[in-house]
Amino acid sequence: MTESLIVARQLVKRFGEFTAVDGIDVEVQRGEAFGFLGPNGAGKSSTMRMIGCVSPVTSGSLRLFGLDPATHGAQIRRRLGVVPQLDTLDTELTVQENLWLYGRYFDLSRSEAKRRAKELLEFAQLADRADSIVDHLSGGMKRRLSIARSLINEPEMLLLDEPTTGLDPQARHVLWDRLYRLKQQGVTLVLTTHYMDEAEQLCDRLVVMDQGKIVAEGSPRELIDRYSTREVLELRFTAGTNEALAPQVQGIGERQELLPDRVLVYADDGEAALAATHARGLQPESALVRRSSLEDVFLLLTGRTLAD
Amino acid sequence: MTTGAFRVAGWHLALYRRLWRMNLLSSFVQPLMYLLGLGVGVGALVDRNSASGATLGGASYVAFVAPGLLITAAMALGAIESMWSVMGGLKWQRGYHGIAATPLEARDIVLGHGVWIAVRCGLSATAVAAALAYFPDTRSWGLLPAVPVAMLVGLSFAMPIMAFSINTETDGAFAAIQRFVIIPLFLFGGAFYPLSQLPVGVQWIAKAAPLWHGVIVARGFTTHSAGALWAVGHLAYVVAFAFAGTTLAVRNLRRKLYS
Ligand SMILES: Nc1ncnc2c1ncn2[C@@H]1O[C@H](COP(=O)(O)OP(=O)(O)OP(=O)(O)O)[C@@H](O)[C@H]1O
Ligand SMILES: [Mg+2]
Repeated sequence: MTESLIVARQLVKRFGEFTAVDGIDVEVQRGEAFGFLGPNGAGKSSTMRMIGCVSPVTSGSLRLFGLDPATHGAQIRRRLGVVPQLDTLDTELTVQENLWLYGRYFDLSRSEAKRRAKELLEFAQLADRADSIVDHLSGGMKRRLSIARSLINEPEMLLLDEPTTGLDPQARHVLWDRLYRLKQQGVTLVLTTHYMDEAEQLCDRLVVMDQGKIVAEGSPRELIDRYSTREVLELRFTAGTNEALAPQVQGIGERQELLPDRVLVYADDGEAALAATHARGLQPESALVRRSSLEDVFLLLTGRTLAD
Repeated sequence: MTTGAFRVAGWHLALYRRLWRMNLLSSFVQPLMYLLGLGVGVGALVDRNSASGATLGGASYVAFVAPGLLITAAMALGAIESMWSVMGGLKWQRGYHGIAATPLEARDIVLGHGVWIAVRCGLSATAVAAALAYFPDTRSWGLLPAVPVAMLVGLSFAMPIMAFSINTETDGAFAAIQRFVIIPLFLFGGAFYPLSQLPVGVQWIAKAAPLWHGVIVARGFTTHSAGALWAVGHLAYVVAFAFAGTTLAVRNLRRKLYS
């Protein structure tokens, strides 16, 4: 028995003349981890803000927990946790004051807010920083605090807009681990990201957005199978010669892609493609065979790399 | 009033606890310095002038100016408290956006801030009133009802300015409000001398702002010359400013936060 927590039909968001979200259909089930992937300006945050009931829908329909955000915004927000793209922490207050105060907005009693804050500080590995002023925390700690704060009302669904952007790899892994635990506790996760590895790690299902539209949908594995070959050969030639040499790999593998810094050859057998490259007398400075990733899917669908 | 508004007021209290010492100085010590400087210095001069008694309605100059200081201090506090902190909530620390994601609404944020400003103005007016009660010249039971008058005057400036602060894009305009609205009203708003001393045109401008209405009511209380109906009339004018400002601020904030 599945229950749709988010149902969006032909959802549109316009700012004046500009269309940021252009008729998307999305359905997210309880317990799922769902991702919005897309380049800058794709409309991910605009979508998340509509789902978070802080941005009115321009047209189309949106239901959260079966309720209409236009008429039941406050009721819906009571059941959501929101980690916005930009932190909204009270930087001059302490870590635990941030949690207590936020709990009060959800009508928690003082003692209940304190009890939950204590648990969440453990969960976010911030217990030893409970009395620190938020301004003095590192970026990763602030992000963990944002997540902890969004959980103070024990939300059924957590919305995370680029939860790990700007964090170092270590901090990202800590965050992924925490999000994974939440998912296991049954919390529905909806997140946006630029990072393919993050999407692969966390998401059961995702959509790729570009210019306000959904261009692909599926599990990470399905998307790779559908849009890419099994392996990819990455060739780097002497700086500046990429463009001149790229035509010479034509016909090797199923598809080739010229990037500013390298040439990608999509093939089910990467080693064979490399051998074919050598057989044509090409001498790349480096060659690497790897498995296809979401990054390749993204590149094909949006014509852009995600590395930023 | 909603419980949400009181939660938001609690948030302001938590922020304030970090800097109350600084604020205490400006909202309490400053009016007292004016009182001493003006009361002792100017007062001696004025009271020696035999014609001044009639102009001041028979009061000594210190007694005349004391309620004016009480009320102008509330005006200044109300104005300041609805400028940078609003910009901080929307643009800098973005606390308003954090609250917007909870069950609370724009109305709670505006009313909560109003409650907080009223409390601040009330506390500062109480402190000034307590100091005034210490001196025989300014001691009066009228100081008690003057405190809520100060709260209303604080709100009559704070709420319209809040509506403006929500919509303004940079903090540059705040200094202009101080320079071209608050300070002129401080000087020409009837706190330090009767408006009748000014040209008629200037009098009308001063009377259009809520400050003067609050000042004469507070003075009416401390000098025991206020009629109930007369006071209610003037206070209604003050309340109208606070009310219109609140309505406008809620509308502006709703647009800003939920776009
Ligand atoms: N309040 C607004 N007013 C006008 N235009 C807006 C507003 N918010 C977003 N936009 C525009 O809508 C488009 C989509 O923005 P959005 O923030 O949803 O993208 P995004 O996918 O989250 O991008 P990023 O990865 O950079 O965060 C952008 O072109 C942006 O400039
Ligand atoms: Mg975004």
